[in-house]
Amino acid sequence: MKRLIAGLPFIAAVIFGGFFLWGLNPDRDPNEIPSVLISQPAPAFDLDPVPGLETPGLARSDLVGNERPVVVNVFASWCVPCRAEHAVLTRFVEREGMRLFGINYKDKPEDAVKWLNDLGNPYERIGSDLSGRTGIEWGLSGVPETFIVDGDGTVLFRYVGPVVGPDAVERFTQALKQAGALPKGAAS
Amino acid sequence: MVPEIGHFALALALALALVQSVLPIAGASRGNAVWMKSAQATAIGQVLFVAIAFAALMQAFIASDFTVRNVVENSHSLKPMLYKVAGTWGSHEGSLLLWILILAVFGAGVAWFGSNIPAETKARTLSVQAWISVGFLSFLLLTSNPFERVFPPPLDGNDLNPLLQDMGLAMHPPLLYFGYVGYSIVFSFAVAALLEGRVDPAWARWVRPWTLAAWVSLTAGIALGSWWAYYELGWGGWWFWDPVENVSFMPWLLGTALLHSAIVTEKRDAFKSWTILLAILTFSLSLLGTFIVRSGLLTSVHAFAVDPERGLYILGLLAVSIGGSLALYAWRAPEMEPGGLFRPISREAGLLVNNLILAAATGTVLFGTLYPLILEAITGDKISVGPPFFNAAFIPMMLALVVFMGLGPFLSWKRADIAGLLDRIRFVVVLAFIAALAAWYLLNGGPIMAYLAILGAAWLLFATLREWALRIRLFEVPLAESARRARNLPRASHGMTLAHAGVAVLMMGMIGSTGWKSEEIVFAAPGTEVTIAGFDITFEGATQVQGPNYIADRGTLVVRRDGELVTTLFPERRYYPVAESQTTESAIRSTLAGDLYTSIATPASDQVNNAGAWTLRILYEPLVNLIWIGSILLVIGGCLSLSDRRLRVGAPRRAKQPASDAVPAE
Repeated sequence: MKRLIAGLPFIAAVIFGGFFLWGLNPDRDPNEIPSVLISQPAPAFDLDPVPGLETPGLARSDLVGNERPVVVNVFASWCVPCRAEHAVLTRFVEREGMRLFGINYKDKPEDAVKWLNDLGNPYERIGSDLSGRTGIEWGLSGVPETFIVDGDGTVLFRYVGPVVGPDAVERFTQALKQAGALPKGAAS
Repeated sequence: MVPEIGHFALALALALALVQSVLPIAGASRGNAVWMKSAQATAIGQVLFVAIAFAALMQAFIASDFTVRNVVENSHSLKPMLYKVAGTWGSHEGSLLLWILILAVFGAGVAWFGSNIPAETKARTLSVQAWISVGFLSFLLLTSNPFERVFPPPLDGNDLNPLLQDMGLAMHPPLLYFGYVGYSIVFSFAVAALLEGRVDPAWARWVRPWTLAAWVSLTAGIALGSWWAYYELGWGGWWFWDPVENVSFMPWLLGTALLHSAIVTEKRDAFKSWTILLAILTFSLSLLGTFIVRSGLLTSVHAFAVDPERGLYILGLLAVSIGGSLALYAWRAPEMEPGGLFRPISREAGLLVNNLILAAATGTVLFGTLYPLILEAITGDKISVGPPFFNAAFIPMMLALVVFMGLGPFLSWKRADIAGLLDRIRFVVVLAFIAALAAWYLLNGGPIMAYLAILGAAWLLFATLREWALRIRLFEVPLAESARRARNLPRASHGMTLAHAGVAVLMMGMIGSTGWKSEEIVFAAPGTEVTIAGFDITFEGATQVQGPNYIADRGTLVVRRDGELVTTLFPERRYYPVAESQTTESAIRSTLAGDLYTSIATPASDQVNNAGAWTLRILYEPLVNLIWIGSILLVIGGCLSLSDRRLRVGAPRRAKQPASDAVPAE
């Protein structure tokens, strides 16, 4: 018995060592965040509109049954990168005919209204996620995040962080084209 | 030329370490005094050669010698001199060299000062220390040579990561390493004792000053790192349960347990195999920290440039040192005789509870830190374990620890007198409850846990002071008599009082700055006003200023209270063109009551026609400075205890035991 107890630390060390050895696998990248929702149905949610804004609210049913896949963008007025991204998304909506829906994440309604009045409102519908509950359902790791959802309500693509800068815009454009989210013959 | 000398000195140090790892221990088993004695010379020779190598690398940094790859990658000619020097240990290679230097310093310390240690024990200990040296010196020379040259040399360097260009951080690694690596000698003592198969109170006494020295440095190093994160990272927090913070915290927790269990071994000849195990595990956790930081195993804000080959090499070192020592423990520890019986209510029992809680807390932190890795290995899921887990699991344990921490010093060895104990602490308990209720009445609001913590901190502070007052019989005898008694108390006893009081002060700071923190994040154009914790802050705008190797946007914030000017703060957002990175320089108005903490983030994007608007982050953290003051008290307490004549390195082996009523408790 005494021997067994004295041997326990050694056994524990060997087990930990095994995990470490596994963890050193060069193909493993601990910083990579997997996209849990890809090819999964979008979560169910039903959000009220942002008070003081004429744009209607957003529910899962609004994403389903559209002719082309649509884009859901999670934003907040307190999020500085969202400002930069706003200009990019507006351009996609105005020039490429992308359909954009918004989830206003943990934002004071009056701030959101002011933000959209200042910058313009490219969103067809905006749901106000004050509690952050819907954000959890979508598996947000931060704001902004952008999703492409097809007519069955399946999530096709997820972009973490602002779609800003040539590389990000290129990746996003590719994803939109592959999903068929842009109308044919749109100016590009 | 100089870098080659450094490289050569390292190779010589390795050669000496190889000799030291074989000869003295062979001498100890054969009874050859000359072989045993050779450790003296090789240990001191090792530290000399490693110091030469370290000086050579530092010279390359000071002179901005851009023929050395390490200097190119981590320095720049325009950098202030202090950070050129600090750049020596800013990289993986340089910091590893520092690691080895400290390892050699501790080995040489035992060789130089350990005249009271029996020759055989000393020879074995130094051989074990040399095994560690061989492992790390060969690691440095084979995989991470700091003196590698580049040809053709570039005109200028890549600059040190700007976040690291800070006074706090210049000092943070040396102190932290002194602590981390200091435990190596305790580990060596433990392995030597296992090889010998004998642990006695004298052994505990030799080990204690080294443990204490390492513990003091580690305390200072962690506090400094926390302070750096607080005012440099611009997040306005002082502890984030980041994996790299955790790996420095685990040796501290277990080292604290070791410090206390070694007392029992010293005084009562008990807890022997437990003390040995703690000594092994404490250093094992230090090694684990080195491994995690340098292998990229976990995601962290810290971490060096990652190279799986290095990770594999360190894992091999870990397998040999930790696996080997624990196997030795499994083999030899059961043969150790237990000693010193005690009652359930006694100083021994108190220290046992202390050890169990500290070990459980260490296990919790270890589990939380490695859980993402374990889960990913088993299920493939990726998660991160954050503050909610650690706060929920760790804080209740610490509160329980605090209860025993206040109680422990009142208990006498072997068997404590319960009635007398209750009599002595009754007053303190009442006082602590009054303090907590007063806080409740005055503060109304804040989490319930915070009031429990206030109760705990008040109890600890009052109990510690009461115990000290009892010892010098304050107010029972004339003050002059009390002063005389205070002078006659062993310094270790004062050290304990200070350190325990330091923990209470530290707790107050933690409670204040987490329970009653107020925070505002605003998107502000010039002229915007923010009100927080009674301060009215006006943002006057931002201007661009030029630093030695950076360009900064400097915000001007005028702080008023009740219409009167308090101060003007200038938080900066710095951009380092060479390293192409940015840092936040927060501006803080610091008082004992709390810190007003401001930082400024990047301006709004150019694509927005709203120029001149900035994101400001303003926090008020009450009592946060008590954290640093408490840490300083801990360090001073440790130093006082270290200077105790009885424990001093090199004190006569069989020093006379002090009178039993003046036994230092911690």
